[in-house]
This record gives sequence, C-alpha cells and structure tokens, in this order.
Amino acid sequence: MTAKRFPVEAGHIAIFARAIGDENPLFDVARGPGTVAPPTFIQAADHFDPEYDRRPRPGEAWFGSAADPQGAPAPGLDGGGGGFHAEQHYEYHRPMRPGDVLSGDQLAGRRWEKEGRRGGILQFSETITEYRDAEGELVITVRDVGVSTQRQVG
Amino acid sequence: MTLVAKGHEELSASNTAVGDVREQVVVENLTRTQIVMYAGASGDFHPCHSDEPFVKHLGMERGVFAHGMLTMALTGKLVTNWVRPDRLLRFSSSFRAQVWPGDTLTARATVSAFREENSEPVVDLALETRNQHGDVVLSGSASATIDP
Repeated sequence: MTAKRFPVEAGHIAIFARAIGDENPLFDVARGPGTVAPPTFIQAADHFDPEYDRRPRPGEAWFGSAADPQGAPAPGLDGGGGGFHAEQHYEYHRPMRPGDVLSGDQLAGRRWEKEGRRGGILQFSETITEYRDAEGELVITVRDVGVSTQRQVG
Repeated sequence: MTLVAKGHEELSASNTAVGDVREQVVVENLTRTQIVMYAGASGDFHPCHSDEPFVKHLGMERGVFAHGMLTMALTGKLVTNWVRPDRLLRFSSSFRAQVWPGDTLTARATVSAFREENSEPVVDLALETRNQHGDVVLSGSASATIDP
C-alpha cells in the first residue's frame, strides 16, 4: 500500500509549502526558484497510493459525516481503542526536486509492546518505505511508528 | 540564490557552537482552515482533522485536531531556516501531545553536536516544539551537512 508513481511537481510543492505557512522561496515556484521539496513533502505521496484509505472515492462509503455523523466504519478506530501516530523518521539520500517520479516500496517493520502509563498495553508497529527515482536510486527512506491501545476490561 | 529564509543566517561550523539555540513561532492561533489546507496538500483526509460532527460522534468532545505530520512540517520550517533543505540528512519526530485549533506553537532547535559523516562536516540539532501552555507537543532531531 504505497505510491508506485508519485510525480513530484512544483505546483504541488508550492501548495504544500503554503499549507504549512512556509515562505521559503526554495519551495514555492511563485515566490522564487522553487527547486526543492520541504522535508516532509513525501507525505503527499499518499495522493498517489491507489489503496490509501484516508481518501474518499466515488461510489464508496466514506467514514466521515454526511447525513449521519458517521458513515462507514472507521478504519483503525473501531475495536479496543484508537490508533495514533507516535513517531516519524526521514533519511534523505538526495534532495527531492520537481520532475522526480518516485516509486515506493514497503519493507517489513518491527512490532513491539509496552505497558501504558495509565494501564493497558500499547502496541507499536513500524512501517518502512523506500522511495526510489526513475533510475532506481534511493531518494528517501521513511519510517513511521504507529501505536494502538488495548484497554484492559474491568 | 536564497538558500535560507530572509533574515536567517545559514548555520555553519564557524558561526555556531554546541548549545546554540534558535526559536521560531511556527504557527500562531492555528485555524481549522489551515488544518484543512494541510489535509488537501498532503492527501490525509482523515475526518478526525476536519469533520466536527464525526469527531464528536466518536466521543471526542474537544473536536478536530491537527495531523501530527502538520506539527512536524511546521517544525521543519525552523530546521530549513537554519540549514539548507537540500543538505538535510535526517529528520525525526516523536509526537508527544495533540495540537488543537487555536494553538500557537514555538519550535526550538539546539545544536547538539558537530561531527563528520562521510568526511563531510555535519551538524546535529535537537528539536522541541511547545504549545502556548509550555507543553511539549513534539520532540525530535535533525542532521544536515554544513560548511566548515
């Protein structure tokens, strides 16, 4: 579940920079050279993941509100507790620039458990994604860690 | 070419010492609209970040909250205002507390080390971002190649 063809575009980078209030002209082609992506821009690869579950699609039930406060069951939110983003790590092998077309590969990450401060077990799971350019060279390695809680009953 | 934002001097081994600190208010009075802008730009449309009736239906009375990745992106502004974005080697964050509409976040970077990596001078930064109550919402680190 990752983008196999993420075209890095100057306009998309500029929109991303504005969303985070970053006025660095290196990121915004309308303000300056706009030649490089901000450090967290790879998140936008989710737009190009065909199976990404946090994007509504025509003809499919969405888990947000419409006529009712909740539509389809929410992925990762039902069951014993909530899932949260715990950590995010980037390793940059070279700068990401407009014109790059990146392809992601997901590698197996670790899983571990820890006792929570307020009782219950915290379950951590790690996802590692490597993005390569059209020549197959590694551009960025992304490691994210999610945590979910299993609340103990009674 | 401007390599770091106006008014910011690029960090180098000759103009900076271990323990030097920079702070930046990276967002003031965070709006729901900015959270929506981030959803649109990043592609993360999870309703928890924009859909008040959905969030309240789940029992979260305080309503929508910011993406953790928005907090990291905001913190990244401080990093790339001090070191060149095209020379960044690593950037890491732990998300320590939720960020809400109305929050003002101040990011702080402290030079923790100068060292060599692949025979090039590198700086390590320790990062901490706090809200207007002084609570840490993000802690992390970054490393970048620098001029000697």
